[in-house]
Amino acid sequence: MINTGTAISEVFERTRRERRAALIPYVTAGHPRLTSLPELVQAMNDGGADIIEIGIPFSDPLADGPILQKAATKALSNGVKIRDILRDTEALSARSVPIVYLTYFNPVFHFGVRKFLEIAQNSGVTGIIIPDLPWAESQEVFDDTQDLGISLIPLVAPTSTDQHISSLEKATGFIYGVSVTGVTGVREDVDAGLKVLIDRVKQHVSLPLAIGFGISTPDQAAYVGKMADGVIVGSALVRLIDQDWSRAATRAQEFVASLRHALSN
Amino acid sequence: MATMKEVPDERGRYGLFGGRYVPETLIPALDELSDAYSQAQNDPGFQAEFTSLLKDYVGRPTPLRRAHRLSEALGFDVYLKREDLNHTGAHKINNTIGQILLARRMGKSRIIAETGAGQHGVATATAAALFGLKAQVYMGEEDVKRQALNVYRMQLLGAEVIPVASGSKTLKDATNEAIRDWVTNVRSTFYVIGSVVGPHPYPMMVRNFQSVIGQEAYLQFQELTGGLPTHIVAPVGGGSNSMGIFFAFRNDPVALIGVEAAGEGIDTGKHAATITSGVKGILHGSLSYLLQDDDGQVMPAHSVSAGLDYPGVGPEHAYLHDIGRAQYEAVTDQEALDAFHRLSKLEGIIPALESAHAVAWVIKAQHDLRQKKAKVIINLSGRGDKDVDSVREYEGGQP
Repeated sequence: MINTGTAISEVFERTRRERRAALIPYVTAGHPRLTSLPELVQAMNDGGADIIEIGIPFSDPLADGPILQKAATKALSNGVKIRDILRDTEALSARSVPIVYLTYFNPVFHFGVRKFLEIAQNSGVTGIIIPDLPWAESQEVFDDTQDLGISLIPLVAPTSTDQHISSLEKATGFIYGVSVTGVTGVREDVDAGLKVLIDRVKQHVSLPLAIGFGISTPDQAAYVGKMADGVIVGSALVRLIDQDWSRAATRAQEFVASLRHALSN
Repeated sequence: MATMKEVPDERGRYGLFGGRYVPETLIPALDELSDAYSQAQNDPGFQAEFTSLLKDYVGRPTPLRRAHRLSEALGFDVYLKREDLNHTGAHKINNTIGQILLARRMGKSRIIAETGAGQHGVATATAAALFGLKAQVYMGEEDVKRQALNVYRMQLLGAEVIPVASGSKTLKDATNEAIRDWVTNVRSTFYVIGSVVGPHPYPMMVRNFQSVIGQEAYLQFQELTGGLPTHIVAPVGGGSNSMGIFFAFRNDPVALIGVEAAGEGIDTGKHAATITSGVKGILHGSLSYLLQDDDGQVMPAHSVSAGLDYPGVGPEHAYLHDIGRAQYEAVTDQEALDAFHRLSKLEGIIPALESAHAVAWVIKAQHDLRQKKAKVIINLSGRGDKDVDSVREYEGGQP
């Protein structure tokens, strides 16, 4: 058996030594242009990302707010296909920090779960996040990911029970903590209840905990980074990319660098 | 005939179908809902209040009557179960009364719903008004334009209609948006789903609230004929009226026929015949059949009937299809329109376009049904007043 989650746990071991949270930026594949992914992945690497999340767009992204919905719609109308994303990833993963996918269950199910995970693993993908596949429904997918040495990244939400949180002990990679009850998006403030959620998770599980949903600015990243092991930034980055396509890569790199700077201080 | 295994199982599975494919945030809310529903089911007080409202507010039982002229014309017995005579004009209200009672019992102050053509939105707004609750109804921008009258109806009833501009701007997107709202306001909000779709326990709960249709039809048919019908025919979009009438007959030797919308024809790709086209997938919280492309992206559905215009279908229908207990057929827009006219002229009943699909299948299969000396019950799920304008427009003003 392949040692699941090694690449990801090495990242968190390093960032812990450096006394900072890991930075996990997200982009949607196929957005803003069909061919944007390679330069954006490069830009996020250059900006100092520790793990990179690549979104495989889905027509009905029910965990996403307006920015990521719009990006998915754009990517699909650009004609992006799962096989193209897998192929691009294969070319990118060798010279990138660890890559994880974020997608919804239907595209994976339709492709064939095992087949999808095998190709993803061959392409160098280290983890997969499926926001509409809750932990209680994920046994078969979990078994396949374990088999192949990919991490199925579980989610916890402010509403999650202690029983759910405890059941994540068998997971690998990291835990994705959803900062609010809600969907992805840019928010003014970080939810006051976040500390409670982080403490509850830490009490039950030893796996690194990265927080996402609504973290939009370097200040917010720094604030969350003091409590959590990782900070996930999606909508704010995608919105920035969407504002000026011609300078998407430069702006992505600058923004990621500003987040990284905030986490390192 | 062998008794069917009772579904769903405790995990909300109908064979491999069903389940709970929603964000982790909602899982505790679904557990809470399952518990509250199961307590309500065992509470005679809840059941008595539900039954009393169905009788005195909705107007149940609805009649079952032999359609004499249609039967003469076709050469076999056709009976109509008159769900069109319910308050608000369709079966939808059976379910919304049940769910609003449950919301009140759970102490949820805020009601949300999705709607396509507006029928479920109107039924939700109605039930919410009855209990002084505030309802917000998500409706695709396209549908808001096409169904302006139903938007006004909901507003008259005190509900707020929220137009949805994402995706294809229709029912599927309104449902996405309602789920997003629920994820955000999960602690205070009750989500009233309009069909036998969504994450467990919704498909089971909606089926049970609608099963009054079949329970009545069973007794009424016995009383009229002393026996059982040979066929039950009902339209299938998400599938709530059909599950409602099928359920009481599941263990009897009665053919159960669900009629899907073939739109402009299955081979044109412009249809809503989810089971007929036969690809499994996950949408809005459950595994079932799903209209989708080669990459697993959900395809827009098409039907002249707005209520059938949905790319998914309830997981129990997927299961009944897979085990062969029910049979799923599809009729085109044109066949449904012909049936719409025919029933209006023969019986003095203008059917909803959804219900006209069931009538159309019976007309289409008449040769076979005549040979079998069939006794058919058609579930006339709603009245056609809402469709009169769009049919007139579609047919260029020619009656």
